[in-house]
Amino acid sequence: MSAPFLDIADLSIALKAEPNHRLLRSVSLNVAPGEVHGLVGESGAGKTMIGKTIFDILPHAVTVLAGSVRLGGQDILTMRHRDQRQLIAHTSALIPQDPLTALNPVRRIAGQMTDRLTAILGLSRGAARDRALQLLNEVHIADPERVLASYPHQLSGGMRQRVLIASAFAAEPKLIVADEPTTALDVTVQKQILRLIAEMQERHGTALLFITHDLGVVAKICRKVTVLFGGSVVEDTDAESLFAQPKHPYTAALIAATPRYDRPEDSLLPVPAEVIESTWQEIRRADAAWAEARR
Amino acid sequence: MSAPLFSVEGLSVALPDPNRKPLFRPRPMVEILHEIGFEIAEGEVVGVVGESGSGKTTLGRTLVRLIDPTGGAIHFAGTDITHRDDNALRPLRRDLQVIFQDPLSSLNPRLTVGRTIARPLLFHGVAASASEAHDLAAATLEIVGLPPAFSARYPHELSGGQRQRVGIARAIALKPRFVLADEIVSGLDVSSQAQILSLLERLKSELKLTVLFISHDLSVVRRLCDRVIVMRGGRILENRPTGPLFDHPEHPYTAELKAAIPLPEIDPDWLAAT
Repeated sequence: MSAPFLDIADLSIALKAEPNHRLLRSVSLNVAPGEVHGLVGESGAGKTMIGKTIFDILPHAVTVLAGSVRLGGQDILTMRHRDQRQLIAHTSALIPQDPLTALNPVRRIAGQMTDRLTAILGLSRGAARDRALQLLNEVHIADPERVLASYPHQLSGGMRQRVLIASAFAAEPKLIVADEPTTALDVTVQKQILRLIAEMQERHGTALLFITHDLGVVAKICRKVTVLFGGSVVEDTDAESLFAQPKHPYTAALIAATPRYDRPEDSLLPVPAEVIESTWQEIRRADAAWAEARR
Repeated sequence: MSAPLFSVEGLSVALPDPNRKPLFRPRPMVEILHEIGFEIAEGEVVGVVGESGSGKTTLGRTLVRLIDPTGGAIHFAGTDITHRDDNALRPLRRDLQVIFQDPLSSLNPRLTVGRTIARPLLFHGVAASASEAHDLAAATLEIVGLPPAFSARYPHELSGGQRQRVGIARAIALKPRFVLADEIVSGLDVSSQAQILSLLERLKSELKLTVLFISHDLSVVRRLCDRVIVMRGGRILENRPTGPLFDHPEHPYTAELKAAIPLPEIDPDWLAAT
């Protein structure tokens, strides 16, 4: 196994105003090249916060208390700002949830795709355009010329997501963070987009961190999974064992709470209050130990 | 078999095209629903599934006459409501209740939960006095699994799942003959979704509700509905009892929808299968 490209270790984050109340609690997570790693949790668990830390785009009200975020061995939290932006731009890319807000509504796709290529790879405008066409072909867009000439609102949701996937892979990044990339899409389109992401990831050998709340999606494309609850990791394992034999009661409860069309007779079990309470107790104990160690 | 509660024949709906905005003339109309026909029996929970743009939301809104049909006929409990105007619909509104997808935008932020539920009770004469309405509201909160003390809270003080319970309470407090539920669990986390689904399953058997349940999630529909209508492009492709529809889809599109749902289990062949 190769060394992880993304290596987050003991990351703790809190609001500047309330440094004792951690939003991320000693989170560790790593993703090796060629690996698809799922990051699962319900809303408020801290999934997106982790994504934002990787690009160092956390809100100003938030501060990193401890820990490191390494990209290819270099800790982006301690680097000079200029070097850090360079490193992130050259090695990492994001596929966002909502393609409509991620694209500039008053610019054509062509300009938005080539900007990135000229800025990061130093390509000429003509070469950047050729590369953009090639990328759109790669994400199975049948008429790339028309798409390049279009404004975002002229494309369907699935098409916009294809454009963003193409852009994410444009500079051959080592790491891609996909933050709920299919949540806004219809199921049949979701399947096509998942297939496309998996295909691109495999062809380029990229490390992929896939953030989602949908355990079904995790089961279909991730090899490894980290389950978050209340800003802390409750389970970190490979996908096979997560679904065959979840170790943490919260994970088991989450799987049991997911409705399945193939098992209509199973009673649907909401996550029991005891499980939530005992998980919070674990977290509070860890919080106390952490505060003690920091004295 | 008694007469159906809803009977819909040749229903067509056209709405102004949102993508075209001529400067002087009125917007051109696009036909959203094309001659749709089906029935809903009393006490039946009917699911409507389809992708965005299939016309499922328009269908639901036309049934409760929030949208005017351009053709066809809608009969509710034996009365023709196809072209009734707002005044003539008012006495029927109590029996045509709606639970919306997003409770934050469908609950008045300036009303407490108690008043949100009590107001329609007074308006429709279900409760004779404010205190009676208040008591009924508190009792309904208990039915949907919220403590009566929640009466005094405002929507922003509640979690998403709790807000959706209030939306359900507001609709069922009137003891309506029909409830339209449009994507009411899609904005929720897995754990609150499971709670709301269990609540709906309980209400279905306790109150014998007649519901049109619109959803894009086939797993949810399978749990809750007696019958399923599959829509695409403003037409009904399939309309059959839930079990047979899932076990042996007749229309290839139904099979495609089913195959596209990622189940939470490892299946290396799923991604490649079309």
